[in-house]
Amino acid sequence: MSNATFRGGVHPYEGKELSSDLPIKTVLPKGELVFPMSQHIGAPAAPVVQKGDKVLVGQKIGEASGFISANICSSVSGTVKAVEPRMLLNGSNATCVVIENDGEYTGIEGLGQERDYTKLSNDEIRNIVKEAGIVGMGGAGFPTNVKLAPKEPDKIDYILVNGAECEPYLTSDYRQMLECPEEIVGGLKVILKLFDKAKGLICIEDNKPEAIAKMEAAVQNEKRIEVKVLKTKYPQGGERTLISAATGRKIYSAMLPADAGCIVDNISTVIAVYRAVCRQTPLITRVMTLTGNAFKQPVNVNVRLGCSHAELVEEGGGYQTDPVKIISGGPMMGFAMFDLNVPVTKTSSSILALTQDEVAEQEPTPCIRCGRCVAACPGNLVPQKMAEAALNDDYDTFVKLNGMECYECGSCTYVCPAKRPLTQSFKQARQYVAAQRKK
Amino acid sequence: MSKLLNISSSPHVRDSSSTKSIMWDVIIALIPATVFGIWNFGINALILIAACVATCVLTEYIWQKCMKLPLTVSDGSAALTGLLLALNLSSKFPVWMAILGSVFAILIVKQLFGGLGQNFMNPALGARCFLMVSFAGQMTSFAYNGAVGFRYLSGKELEAITGPTPLAVIKAGGDANLLDMFLGNIGGTIGETSVIALLIGAAYLLARRVITWRIPITYIAVFAVFTLLYGGFDLRYLALELCGGGLMLGAFFMATDYVTSPITPKGQILFGALLGILTGVFRFFGASAEGVSYAIIICNLLVPLIERVTIPTPFGKEGIKDGK
Repeated sequence: MSNATFRGGVHPYEGKELSSDLPIKTVLPKGELVFPMSQHIGAPAAPVVQKGDKVLVGQKIGEASGFISANICSSVSGTVKAVEPRMLLNGSNATCVVIENDGEYTGIEGLGQERDYTKLSNDEIRNIVKEAGIVGMGGAGFPTNVKLAPKEPDKIDYILVNGAECEPYLTSDYRQMLECPEEIVGGLKVILKLFDKAKGLICIEDNKPEAIAKMEAAVQNEKRIEVKVLKTKYPQGGERTLISAATGRKIYSAMLPADAGCIVDNISTVIAVYRAVCRQTPLITRVMTLTGNAFKQPVNVNVRLGCSHAELVEEGGGYQTDPVKIISGGPMMGFAMFDLNVPVTKTSSSILALTQDEVAEQEPTPCIRCGRCVAACPGNLVPQKMAEAALNDDYDTFVKLNGMECYECGSCTYVCPAKRPLTQSFKQARQYVAAQRKK
Repeated sequence: MSKLLNISSSPHVRDSSSTKSIMWDVIIALIPATVFGIWNFGINALILIAACVATCVLTEYIWQKCMKLPLTVSDGSAALTGLLLALNLSSKFPVWMAILGSVFAILIVKQLFGGLGQNFMNPALGARCFLMVSFAGQMTSFAYNGAVGFRYLSGKELEAITGPTPLAVIKAGGDANLLDMFLGNIGGTIGETSVIALLIGAAYLLARRVITWRIPITYIAVFAVFTLLYGGFDLRYLALELCGGGLMLGAFFMATDYVTSPITPKGQILFGALLGILTGVFRFFGASAEGVSYAIIICNLLVPLIERVTIPTPFGKEGIKDGK
């Protein structure tokens, strides 16, 4: 029987072999660290420290300022140098807490100590997750405590751990599955405690046989947890495609995974839950992949949040060739960086430095209506017609063509033989329509 | 780092296929039928093919130069139009008329409507129909009396071997050799006679995923059902109709033209079904034994309507009405 999957999708060059066999290396930052108060979906956190304050590792420096918001904790000990706007990855400015690292890594009381989650109440667990500032670390940055508190907890049937890692080049989730499977299982068990009826599924693409073997061994004695092997195809790790492949249930844009009885969390997020609940460590580190042919030596790193990307590149050994394009995230949905002097946040998954920019090398030519975009679209949309509407500023038609169901996975643009920037036009149109709806 | 970095919207990687590679794939897929056509009908066929391809490419080049448009002749689409047009002509068709048809295909059907991707009907078939109404006699006069090999036939020789196509014979109540029709040892247009050569090309297109099964297979299947019903479930009649005329060339190479066929999966099936019915109507109830090219250009015109009614249901909204 072939492994579960979804209709559509693409098979880009994987590039994972560059870094998949390299153990995670811990990198400690020097100098100052920058903590944006907005590194999640929802309201920015409010700074709770001032210039001159001494802070410890794990100390809360930003407080969630709404229902959908998240705390920010310091990843180092030292002195608050400033609370001021700084530039983020996307070029916008946001309030940041800047901390001068004293290099001591003095932790708050209890940091890193074991705690038995079975003795905690469900509300206590949810509160710990909230206090720890955990958000979805796959990219979206949705506050995890909100996800773990659905309206009808009894209707949650599945907790899906997303280990698909379908984006090319990225290997951080893969390395974590190999190196700390017990923490993944531990985190999943904590979440399963909140939902009596739910079953845990650790979803992995079939191009990662070693990770599948490791995780299967780790869940051998867990009655409520199973490893679900999925077919390797982009965007298998998208929330909608993952739920459909793993459970056969389907959701669309106006539904939450909880509406289909599912909660989806990324590998890193589940580990963060484990560390917060069972090790009393808030979200202060994350694993990133530094890869691409511009690097002297690709590497998987465990990095403190707030560290600058530029410093990280040096720590990673630097470049062998000047990169032409640097991407934060994977090549399908990642963001092209123009300046590396921006901090690592909770959702930074990689630095992908490429010596070649495939996009710049190919001029868009007229659409020949080949229909490959339609075949590739995992959302069952008609990208060709949506792009036509978007480029004509015909937003009514764009919406009628279900343009708002697009989640910008980029599959259509990837396959387009005319090299048309379809996804880009959808992003603009979707932003415009969303803004109009808010008015 | 002194150099500025490239930035662009995601995705940052692209598949290796291009418009050019697709056009060349179709041209490659037509090689068996083309070579067979030249062997079957002689060097006369080669001259027509060369004239059509050269005229199409040149017309596009001159037009784009004059209109100060980006030059796109290297994408192979004009050459493909020329080749398809030539394969749809009789080997004894006058060269100057073929050149006229080629200019019509590129200039009127393709460029005047906005060039690549904008033409509302298949340029080669548009030109074929233009030639059909302009020069009906020459378009329906075929020369065949056994394959001539790679040899030039003089006008006298051509006159001597002029005769009807098997499909016309069948329509008139006669019979034909099925194996010859399958192999292509029959009269007809340059590229349509050999079913086996066309199927080899079609297999290549399917294997390379340039085309999907939806349009050609639905087309042939629906036409087959129509023929069975019309012919009173006569299987031999069915086989003759399937192998005769331009059905295979049309189904795999002309109806599947991206620009003039529906982009939606359901639309492609509907398009194929309509083609099958129309071809049957034209062949069995029309004046001519042929029907493929008219069926295709009429369905080309219906594509916007077909697409409008076949927009797929988005993921997760199956069974949900009005998006609620």
